[in-house]
Amino acid sequence: MAELLQVQAAVEAVYRQESRRILATLIRLLGDFDLAEEAMHEAFFIAVERWQRDGIPASPRAWLVSTGRFKAIDGLRRRARFERSPEHLALALEALESAEVNDEELQDDRLRLIFTCCHPALSADAQVPLTLREVCDLTTEEIARAFLQSPATIAQRIVRAKAKIRDARIPYQVPSLAELPERLDSVLRVIYLVFNEGYSASSGDSLVRDDLSAEAIRLGRLLQQLLPDPEVLGLLALMLLQGSRQRARSSEQGDLVLLDEQDRSLWDQAMITEGCELVQQALRSQRFGVYSLQAAIAAVHAEAQTAQQTDWDEIVGLYDVLLRGWPSPVVELNRAAALAQRDGAQVGLAAVEAILARGQLLDYYLAHSARAELCRQLGRHEQAREAYRTALGLTRQAPEQRFIERRLDELG
Amino acid sequence: MKYLCLVYCDEGLLHSQPDSPADAECMAYAESVQGGGRMLAAEALQPVQTATTVRVRGGQVSLTDGPFAETKEQLAGFYLVEARDLNEAVSIAKGIPAARVGSVEVRPVRDLQP
Repeated sequence: MAELLQVQAAVEAVYRQESRRILATLIRLLGDFDLAEEAMHEAFFIAVERWQRDGIPASPRAWLVSTGRFKAIDGLRRRARFERSPEHLALALEALESAEVNDEELQDDRLRLIFTCCHPALSADAQVPLTLREVCDLTTEEIARAFLQSPATIAQRIVRAKAKIRDARIPYQVPSLAELPERLDSVLRVIYLVFNEGYSASSGDSLVRDDLSAEAIRLGRLLQQLLPDPEVLGLLALMLLQGSRQRARSSEQGDLVLLDEQDRSLWDQAMITEGCELVQQALRSQRFGVYSLQAAIAAVHAEAQTAQQTDWDEIVGLYDVLLRGWPSPVVELNRAAALAQRDGAQVGLAAVEAILARGQLLDYYLAHSARAELCRQLGRHEQAREAYRTALGLTRQAPEQRFIERRLDELG
Repeated sequence: MKYLCLVYCDEGLLHSQPDSPADAECMAYAESVQGGGRMLAAEALQPVQTATTVRVRGGQVSLTDGPFAETKEQLAGFYLVEARDLNEAVSIAKGIPAARVGSVEVRPVRDLQP
């Protein structure tokens, strides 16, 4: 008979490492998120007692899946006697009893779970918390803190999403090859949203927010393992390269430090090395997209020892490729900033003003602060002040506001 | 001549008013129309929370969670289809030619409880 404490520690370790896989498999077997969660928790509960008596099984994961499944079958049988419409329960029972559980399926289950949580028929408002809850095992309270929402709001979105998955019958499957690019886009967008929510550090508890970026990178790694598509590598590279600058991006007072003023010795070299390798791999595939290209741009920055040594020609070229395939005014703005570095403030300013003159990005504070910065460099102080004031009115993020106020002070 | 009778109501009130219809009553009425040989098809729908709106613009398919909400669009037709799951239903919906200029709301049918 094993020691209670030892068994409890073992159960906790299995929970930490395997609970998401077990949950994913039970969701497939039971076809219902809530039933699966209930069954999994029951299985872990039973494990503490059973493993004490019989010893820890050779494959704890398989034991827990099969125990959870039998518990669910019991539960469904009990409910079938009380409910007026037991057909869907009967169907679930039938599927459950005949289901095979093998290791290959288990890997696929995690991928199925990701694709289901990020299904395009769910709103982004629901995809993000659902993914964080079901795939990453963050609590509703943690998600609420990170997104500055009440736990009740987040809980309601998750409940609604699960109800839609069940009632509209969103299938629990990895999409076919034909649908994959479109569906993968939606998964990558959710992961990048999670990363940016953590990375932008605009407001809220910064500790929780760092966790969110780390969680997004973990999700990216999981996806890389399960589905090593070039764009998956590209997104992971982009997050690693942006994340590598995390410590240099703000001063001790929490103020924003721009790329060219950052202390590059604070950049995380391990993340840069890994990010650059992934970019190479993604670009070699010849099937890369927006994430890989953005990562390639981040890699050029990462490889420059100083801001002055940045290869701006290469960066402008990468923006050109990006714009040809995926035109957007924000990308055009970034290209204008790179142009200013390569060909001078005058050329950059003309490019920024061309975007604004078309009526685009008028509400985007970065467009006005870029214009202000270039006017300042060209000695047009009155125009610079005016543009900084416009930018200030458009951002609600405290570090950015302080940054612009500092610039305005410097202009006198 | 065929006619389509569309049932509108405030979902929040559908099942909660003294005059709200019970499923059994709905089924009985449907059967009476059926018995008169005039029924072509009738179904109750799941609530709007289960809806997905499908649009095709410039060859790109877009899905939105929720019902279509453009008051300037009017109902132009309907398809009642049998599909394995929402993905299959959406793949049929996106092929409806009018999806290129309008919206197709995809909503699961609800089984009435006798």
